[in-house]
Amino acid sequence: MSENRSFGGNGDRPATPRRPMDGPGGMRRGPFGHGGPMAMMKGESARDFKGTMRKLLAYLGAYRWVLSLAILLAAASTAFQIFGPKILGNATTRLFEDLMGQIAGTRSGVDFAAIGRILLTALGLYILSGLLAYIQGWIMTGIAVDITYRLRRDIAEKVHRMPLRYFDGTSHGEVLSRLTNDVDTVNQTLSQSLGQIVSSIVSVIGVLAMMLSISWQMTLVALLIIPLTLGLVRFIVTRSQRYFREQQDYLGHVNGHIEEMFGGQVEVKAFNAEARSIRTFRNLNTVLYNSAWKSQFLSGIMMPMMNFIGNLGYVGVVISGAYLAMLNRITVGDIQAFIQYVRSFNQPLMQMANISNVLQQTAAAAERVFEFLEEAEEIPDPERPAIIERARGHVEFRNVRFGYTPEKIVIRNFSAEIQPGQRVAIVGPTGAGKTTLVKLLMRFYDVNNGAILVDGQDIRNFRRADLRHQFGMVLQDTWLFNGTIMENIRYGHPEATDEEVIAAARAAHADHFIRSLPGGYQMVLNEETSNISAGQKQLLTIARAFLADPPILILDEATSSVDTHTELLIQEAMRRLMQGRTSFVIAHRLSTIRDADWILVINEGDIVEQGTHESLLAKGGFYAELYNSQFAQLEAIEA
Amino acid sequence: MLRLFPYIRRYTFLIALAILLLFLQANVDLALPDYLSKIVNIGIQQGGVATSIPEFLSEQTYRRLGLFLNPQEQAALEQVYAPASAEQIADLQQRYAGLNEQPLYVLAQLPSPEMRSALSRALLSVSFLQRAQENPNLAAQLAKQMGANLPTLPPGTDLFAALEKLPPNMREGLVNGFRQRFESLGENMLEQMSLAAVKAEYQALGVDLNRLQRNYLFRTGGIMLLLTLFSALLTITVGLISARVAAGAARDLRDALFVRVSEFSMAEMERFSTASLITRATNDVSQLQMVTMLIIRLVFYAPILAIGGMIRALSTAPSMGWIIGLMIVVLMSIILGVFSITLPRFKLIQTLIDNLNRIMRENLSGMMVVRAFNRQDFERRRFDHANRELTQVNLFVNRVMVIMMPLMMFLMSAVTVLVLWVGAHRVAELRMQVGDMMAFMQYTMQIFFAFMFMSMMFIVLPRASVSGERIAEVLETQPSIQDPPSPLEWPEPFRGEIEFRNVSFRYPGAEEDMLHNISFVAKPGQMIGIIGTTGSGKSTLVRLIPRFYDVTDGAILIDGIDIRQVRQSDLRMRIGYVPQKSNLFSGTIESNLRFGDETAAEEVLLRALEIAQGREILTSRPEGLAAPIAQGGTNVSGGQRQRLAIARALVRQAPIYIFDDSFSALDYKTDLALRRALKKYLANSTIFIVSQRVATIKDADCILVLDEGRLIGLGTHQELMQTCDVYRDIAFSQLNQEALA
Repeated sequence: MSENRSFGGNGDRPATPRRPMDGPGGMRRGPFGHGGPMAMMKGESARDFKGTMRKLLAYLGAYRWVLSLAILLAAASTAFQIFGPKILGNATTRLFEDLMGQIAGTRSGVDFAAIGRILLTALGLYILSGLLAYIQGWIMTGIAVDITYRLRRDIAEKVHRMPLRYFDGTSHGEVLSRLTNDVDTVNQTLSQSLGQIVSSIVSVIGVLAMMLSISWQMTLVALLIIPLTLGLVRFIVTRSQRYFREQQDYLGHVNGHIEEMFGGQVEVKAFNAEARSIRTFRNLNTVLYNSAWKSQFLSGIMMPMMNFIGNLGYVGVVISGAYLAMLNRITVGDIQAFIQYVRSFNQPLMQMANISNVLQQTAAAAERVFEFLEEAEEIPDPERPAIIERARGHVEFRNVRFGYTPEKIVIRNFSAEIQPGQRVAIVGPTGAGKTTLVKLLMRFYDVNNGAILVDGQDIRNFRRADLRHQFGMVLQDTWLFNGTIMENIRYGHPEATDEEVIAAARAAHADHFIRSLPGGYQMVLNEETSNISAGQKQLLTIARAFLADPPILILDEATSSVDTHTELLIQEAMRRLMQGRTSFVIAHRLSTIRDADWILVINEGDIVEQGTHESLLAKGGFYAELYNSQFAQLEAIEA
Repeated sequence: MLRLFPYIRRYTFLIALAILLLFLQANVDLALPDYLSKIVNIGIQQGGVATSIPEFLSEQTYRRLGLFLNPQEQAALEQVYAPASAEQIADLQQRYAGLNEQPLYVLAQLPSPEMRSALSRALLSVSFLQRAQENPNLAAQLAKQMGANLPTLPPGTDLFAALEKLPPNMREGLVNGFRQRFESLGENMLEQMSLAAVKAEYQALGVDLNRLQRNYLFRTGGIMLLLTLFSALLTITVGLISARVAAGAARDLRDALFVRVSEFSMAEMERFSTASLITRATNDVSQLQMVTMLIIRLVFYAPILAIGGMIRALSTAPSMGWIIGLMIVVLMSIILGVFSITLPRFKLIQTLIDNLNRIMRENLSGMMVVRAFNRQDFERRRFDHANRELTQVNLFVNRVMVIMMPLMMFLMSAVTVLVLWVGAHRVAELRMQVGDMMAFMQYTMQIFFAFMFMSMMFIVLPRASVSGERIAEVLETQPSIQDPPSPLEWPEPFRGEIEFRNVSFRYPGAEEDMLHNISFVAKPGQMIGIIGTTGSGKSTLVRLIPRFYDVTDGAILIDGIDIRQVRQSDLRMRIGYVPQKSNLFSGTIESNLRFGDETAAEEVLLRALEIAQGREILTSRPEGLAAPIAQGGTNVSGGQRQRLAIARALVRQAPIYIFDDSFSALDYKTDLALRRALKKYLANSTIFIVSQRVATIKDADCILVLDEGRLIGLGTHQELMQTCDVYRDIAFSQLNQEALA
């Protein structure tokens, strides 16, 4: 089972940076997909193969009976398919004997009724086999698609139950890759490989049995090729693997270089670095070429070599068969059937050799999925939660100690008390960790020590939903989804009527611009929400907060790439939103800071100073230094 | 796809060679069933005796044959068979184990078709009489079957002697009787029956028939193996060629793309978008490489094999050709049917997957908002809806696709059964041999697979051709900015006076000018500040100086020379440019600093860092200059990245510097210190500083105020505070609003 993750899972996992190319839709499985010549190469493997497989089987548990049926069908279908050549062989034998009899004068001619019967039997078997195979496929795709659906659903639901902390150490791309690539690999295995595995095992056993039933001597001859084949495969794989690795490595280097240089075209041009960049590129590209053709050539060599060995066996079988026929031990039809068996022996054998690779790949993919599903979740809400309808807005930090990881404490010992309706400015240089307080207030993270109290209650005593209901949030990176504007504003208060939504938009100074958009409130924001401007997005999130009407507010004043007019609107809207609410403002404007009831000065994550503007200036500390260096600048402009 | 041909022309010979080899390979592969049929036909069915015309005869048989031939045929017989010399006998003994030492007649010349059947008939008559002589009862029985009533002769009667003694006309009547009976049997039957006679003759002469058969099998098997080996060698050679051509073409295309893109100006970069260019140079090229391989190995091979297979199948059994036709029609309808149902839905699936991913991405990026508003259930439902939609289409498509395999298997089996049934009739009618039927079956299978491959290409090729088009599109795009055919050189010393003369600029495809008729002169050593609101054209203006774009109208002159008349490298060599979004490259701090000047001394690097206020970046890293930098500079903070980018430009010690809003990530203290250092160290350089902050540019020698692409103010801070309303507004609004942080 998975190791006990004490730090929510981000401690012991090496953060594997995935290049953008590896994201969803990338070609992680290599150019040949699941079963190509490269499938003989060792792929990635799971750390805990058995455990993962057990979990996957448990997931499949609900389909136990249908699954068994599908396996049975696959086996039956293969068995019927295997009988075919034997029966067709009978037809040839019959034809041949009748013919010889006719020549020798012992038989009057070919008995077409008998041959017809044999052929019809064979045809019947083939139809049956095809039918069973299709039913098997039908069932398996059903199961596979269903499992895929469930895995995806479970991942999506899991996301909502995980602590935010988990995503500090895991990129979104990683989660997405599990959702698509990994789940897809499992899907592939279930819908295709599983049936293939069953049928190739049955094939090998069945064909072997049929061959033995015809002649053990010929079977022996046919089997001689197996060690030869295996030896050859091993030989070629070990040779080509080196080049294959090298090819993958250099493909990565070349693509990386392309990505970097195209992305840095401005710099390349500005610094006249074209020639140098091309030189580097050519070196990489040449190495890539050398390993690429070698690895492709070597993996391409396998098929003809196998063919040759296969034919070697084939000739051996024919000669030994003819010999046996000469001795009247077997019939011509038997030889014919046997030949067909020999031919159909190689493919399932190859597939069987590949099974472990497929299973390993699947296990690796499934492991990543299960790992995610087993990650620690948020601490559950208290069983008997404190009731909170609408907070007055009293907030207290009591000896708060917090760090994103236990080794790196950022907030050491912070206490402050904010009265209802007060305005708190959070101030500090970029990247100082101003959003940490916000994350703590809304319990996206829990404090390590101490407590945060809202209306005198430790926030951990509330249900998270109830607590968060008290907060409104307008952040710098506006989050809107691919839906209508109406839906986006209503996000904060799903039961709101259209009129309420419009009223909120009006309060946020958003109504005017919304009405000027094509479709107005019904306009659908596109996937990148690039069809409205950054400032407009901000107004929408303010409208959303208005509609939610929370007693406590968290605002980020930062506005970037917003024109002056919209900026004024945003400022005005924010000011109105703050009225009568306890507000925490990540402040960027001098006026906001000066007007704040309380200022928290943050540096390197910690609250280094707090107080009113005047008291902080008087103190002559970090804030005063920051403010004075700034103030002097601004005074100078007026000069 | 064909548009790419010029780039892979050098592989024409190799490709032609591959096609030639594929022809050979197809022939070899198709010859194999031939040998298979020979092994069964001759090796097993005929006991290793290839033809119904004996290669040698005993003297006695030779004489007896004459009895059943008319005078012309008798004359021909003397041509066909001749008395064997001692060497010939020795040779025969070698090839036919156990052959007794005795006078023989050997086949000297192949008989004509008429003579051939006459010989067969005669041979059969002889063997028949011989058997009648040895076993009168059996002979009578056989004769009865043939419709002749032969009196049972007493054993020991020499029938041949009796026949010889008959008067010629009587003998002729008897011979004619035989002949008519044999003719009623048909050629094939005759052939098969006379084979038995040949074997009997050989056996009578002491030949070991078992060994004869074994030898035949070994010989034919050996040839088969040789052919397979040859085929394998051909395949491997073709594989080698295709691997080299594919990898080589990929290398060349990648190279051509890379070189072409590095010639692109910003206009082309924006036209294609960087992301798209990267995909074209990586994924699309890989795609083409794979397809090139497939094309050489399958697309060329499949039709050759199919046509060759058809020719051979038809020459083996022309009357069964319709089976092949039927098979192809059914195969193609199945494939077309399945794909016409699934292909459009594959596109739909992709959209649905994107949709699912988008919702997930939204959920991840908006996690705080979702939780803040307690909308987890709503998001769950939204995802579930997309998930269900995808699942439904997926299920349908998969269930249609799943039918392919069983259907193909069944089609193959059904064709085999059909060939057997129809073939059995042909065989029974003696129009075909069993081995031929089996060979025909093999040909059918080869044609089947050839068509399967070809239909696979219908799926692969369109996708590859999209990739090809995308690559060709880039390769065929001429960079809009190119060096002049006869470039001018700046006279030394280079001063760095920059003049904008009535410059207007419009982005390609835009409807309006981004810059309108801008004129100003920047004197050597001056610091020029450029300010204006977002979108006013500040960055665009400075990007015209290193010719990232060319002016649409007017001209930019440096030291009196239009920058379009000098080499781009010559121009850019003199400019230190720091972009708005600083991008570092993977490597070390040092490799990044040296990006502008590989040969710079270490002191220069350190001084550049110092001016850029970046010494502290080194002190916090034990490796110093060798500290690793990740791609894009993601392992240093935004402020550090910006300072490194500034230092990188300073290393060049250029006469002209452009700082395109490059101080935005710096706090005011650092900003101020940096500007002071610049003023001190770059006193002789012409400096452009683009900024949104008044404070950053207020000490400049000259400030340009841009508004909607127009130059609306030009002068020092003091002058502009007096004269330029927009500048004053900006300055005051920043006084009131400026961020402390």
